[in-house]
Amino acid sequence: MGRIVGIDLGTTNSLVAFMDQEGPHVIPGPDGQTKVPSIVGLTDNGLIVGEPAKAHLIRDPSRTIYSVKRFMGKGLDDVKDELKYFSYQLHEKNGVIRIEIGDKTYSPPQVSAMILKELKRRAEEFLKEDVSKAVITVPAYFNDSQRQATKDAGLIAGLEVLRIINEPTAASLAYGLQKKTQGLIAIYDLGGGTFDISILKLKDGIFEVLATNGDTHLGGDDFDQRLVDVMVDGILKTQGLDIGKSPDLMQTVRLEAERVKVRLSDETHTKAVIELPDGKYEKTWTREDMEALTMDLVERTLAPCRSALKDAGLHANQIDEVVLVGGNTRMPLVWRKVEELFDKKPHSELNPDEVVALGAAVQADILGGHTTDLLLLDVTPLSLGIETMGGVMSALIRRNTTIPTSAKEMFTTYVDGQTSVDIHILQGERELVKDNRSLARFQLKLPPLPAGVPRVEVNFLIDANGILHVTARDIRTGEAQSVQVKPSHGLTDDEVEGMIRDSFQFATEDIKARQIIEARNEANAIIVATEKALVRATNLINDKETESIRRILQQLGEVKEGEDHRVIRAKIAEAEKTTHHLAEVLMDATLKEALESKKLSDIIK
Amino acid sequence: MGLFPVPESSEPEIMEPQYQATTKSRELPMARSMCWHCQSEVTGEYLCGQCVKVQPLSKDLDYFSCFQLPRLLNIDEQQLEQTFYELSRTFHPDFYSTKDESEKAISLGNSAFLNTGYRILKDPIQRAEYLIRLEAGAVKDIRSNPPADLFEEVLELQEDLETFRQLAPNGTSSELEALRTKLQDEREGLEKRQAEMEKSLQHKFREWDQLQGDPPDLSQTREKKNTLLRGMQEILSNRTYVRNMVDDLLETTG
Ligand SMILES: Nc1ncnc2c1ncn2[C@@H]1O[C@H](COP(=O)(O)OP(=O)(O)O)[C@@H](O)[C@H]1O
Ligand SMILES: [Mg+2]
Repeated sequence: MGRIVGIDLGTTNSLVAFMDQEGPHVIPGPDGQTKVPSIVGLTDNGLIVGEPAKAHLIRDPSRTIYSVKRFMGKGLDDVKDELKYFSYQLHEKNGVIRIEIGDKTYSPPQVSAMILKELKRRAEEFLKEDVSKAVITVPAYFNDSQRQATKDAGLIAGLEVLRIINEPTAASLAYGLQKKTQGLIAIYDLGGGTFDISILKLKDGIFEVLATNGDTHLGGDDFDQRLVDVMVDGILKTQGLDIGKSPDLMQTVRLEAERVKVRLSDETHTKAVIELPDGKYEKTWTREDMEALTMDLVERTLAPCRSALKDAGLHANQIDEVVLVGGNTRMPLVWRKVEELFDKKPHSELNPDEVVALGAAVQADILGGHTTDLLLLDVTPLSLGIETMGGVMSALIRRNTTIPTSAKEMFTTYVDGQTSVDIHILQGERELVKDNRSLARFQLKLPPLPAGVPRVEVNFLIDANGILHVTARDIRTGEAQSVQVKPSHGLTDDEVEGMIRDSFQFATEDIKARQIIEARNEANAIIVATEKALVRATNLINDKETESIRRILQQLGEVKEGEDHRVIRAKIAEAEKTTHHLAEVLMDATLKEALESKKLSDIIK
Repeated sequence: MGLFPVPESSEPEIMEPQYQATTKSRELPMARSMCWHCQSEVTGEYLCGQCVKVQPLSKDLDYFSCFQLPRLLNIDEQQLEQTFYELSRTFHPDFYSTKDESEKAISLGNSAFLNTGYRILKDPIQRAEYLIRLEAGAVKDIRSNPPADLFEEVLELQEDLETFRQLAPNGTSSELEALRTKLQDEREGLEKRQAEMEKSLQHKFREWDQLQGDPPDLSQTREKKNTLLRGMQEILSNRTYVRNMVDDLLETTG
């Protein structure tokens, strides 16, 4: 069995990790960064993902997709309030959102698959082996459609998704493994787009989730938005410029707002500077300003915390340890509020950006059969039920039930000779059907018999991924019934198949984009390194040589902006030849220095 | 939302632990069945002694036997938890990820059964309701409708609540506040009733547990048990009414 990696597919950032004898490790990219921004850009040469796509965001916002996780498993109606914050076009087909960039249309799982592929590639390069199996994390409060969409994304990316695991529980695995903690812990996870709270009991290697709650529409993005609104207003007032009409400027403001928020985690005041077509907009922000603007958002996280505690049958002060996860928990205001609620200093010794991916890797190791002393017992976050008379939902499985779990329901007929019953599956906590999430509908076939005689037992099973499966059986004959379930907001199997095929095709197109980026990065690295070397080597090489090196650097700088990676590569090779002597000279000098300093220190001793 | 194609072959079913017709609960020393995989004899073990494949839990298995607990209403919760963790380590799908489809399916079914059992036995009320259902085969006329007086009361309260809900959106008024006070008083009364019911349930639970020492075949014992079961059921269903009412009141009037 090949190695299974753990993936944190975040709204803002994604990471991939693996586990070996020493424990879980996050896999860095060539630049040493472990986080891959969850951003995908369409260039004329194909798709780019991660850090390069982030740069693309300002240049070409209408062809850059960010925060795609917000659309997973959703219909257009679910996100209509947020549409104004996105610079790309959306529409809906078969209940599933589709994203238009350029002349192409993608479903959210396809876009997520692009990010997953980038992570897969990263892992393969680092581990020097094929990676085809993964554990992927989702917010604990994700519903069935959102989980299924995540699984589809894995499939499209060519990954067998062995398990969908909840982000806070993944974090608890990494945390518990590292700290050898026992007792009751609360994991508070505030990322870029979602909020989760999970209460767990840790005992002898068992991680039992007692309750979970959250908000899949609350995260750092919302904090940024508050600052954006103020600055957009300010720009309109001071410069008379309406940013709302200019997507690229809007992105600039958004990114600056985020930087301001991040800086205010360490500093008490900072200045926002936004370059505008004619002039500059500047605003000084204090931490107090920002806290006042976002206090209600932090407070919105507290109600789910209280509900989770209540469902777990606990008081806040019974919690032994509180662990903070997700980038936005670096905000001092979040710290204070969480500390206030639990009456306890929260922990954050583990890197809040990496802990979820690390935990996913631990779970991957459990599934691989290597780690055998740890076991995660998770719960389903939302109640599951069916529509009954009068548009009321009748719950079959309650929220916070340990999974896997199943429930049975018997169906019969009301009319003589009736041959089918329509069943509508729902998820949520509200009384009325219309206030809950419609997961799927299916029709049950019944034999034409007098009313009340047919008996078909329908079984609902939530598996360890938190995903629902439905089976049915005719009780009188004992025969299995096939049920054709139509998901309300999901891709059909055929669609997923088609997307898997497409993704192979795109792959060849995207190689071109990747090759350019890689060549460009390399050219940049060479320019920076050589310029540094020239400074150090002023007295070691003659003017003529310096001159020719400068010339080649300048050429490389021009060539690297082109769109043909072969031309860049050729120039890189030329530059390397030209700087060969310089490198040798510097190496000699360094060696001599090292030897001399050794002598020097010897004498001093 | 996924869909398991219902297996048409003789593969074990996903939903329910399959069992051989001869299997009885583990408490019966004579219980015998065959391993679904290698056909060697298994006597209530979870894993086949020959091929070490996981065995489906018997369909006849009740939660008390599954957790190796006597049918008592006051149980050792520590032991319950410990058994739950142990059995989870045996059955959880996480440990069957590399196994074949049949074993995965059995592990899933067993785990689902185990989780449901734990949830029910952990909670004293659900535990009692479950025990009554188990024993109910022998007991006639277990009533589940509330007595007339409670029913009347609930109806009246529902009306007041409805009025409150209609008034509330129009802002505070003396009428609304008076009604709020009244409903809050009612709630306190109901909460007290609920506490009393729980106390008398506790009492009956103890009585039940003591009866378990009596010779089970004696018709006298049987009669006593039946009376107790009926009594418990009555309090339990009344309690459900009262509790739902309290929840409703809390939600509406705060
Ligand atoms: N130092 C910081 N202070 C405040 N917020 C931060 C800081 N660092 C990152 N963030 C915010 O954290 C969010 C991303 O968190 P992350 O856990 O990576 O998200 P996700 O899990 O959604 O991908 C962003 O909104 C980012 O602005
Ligand atoms: Mg996250």
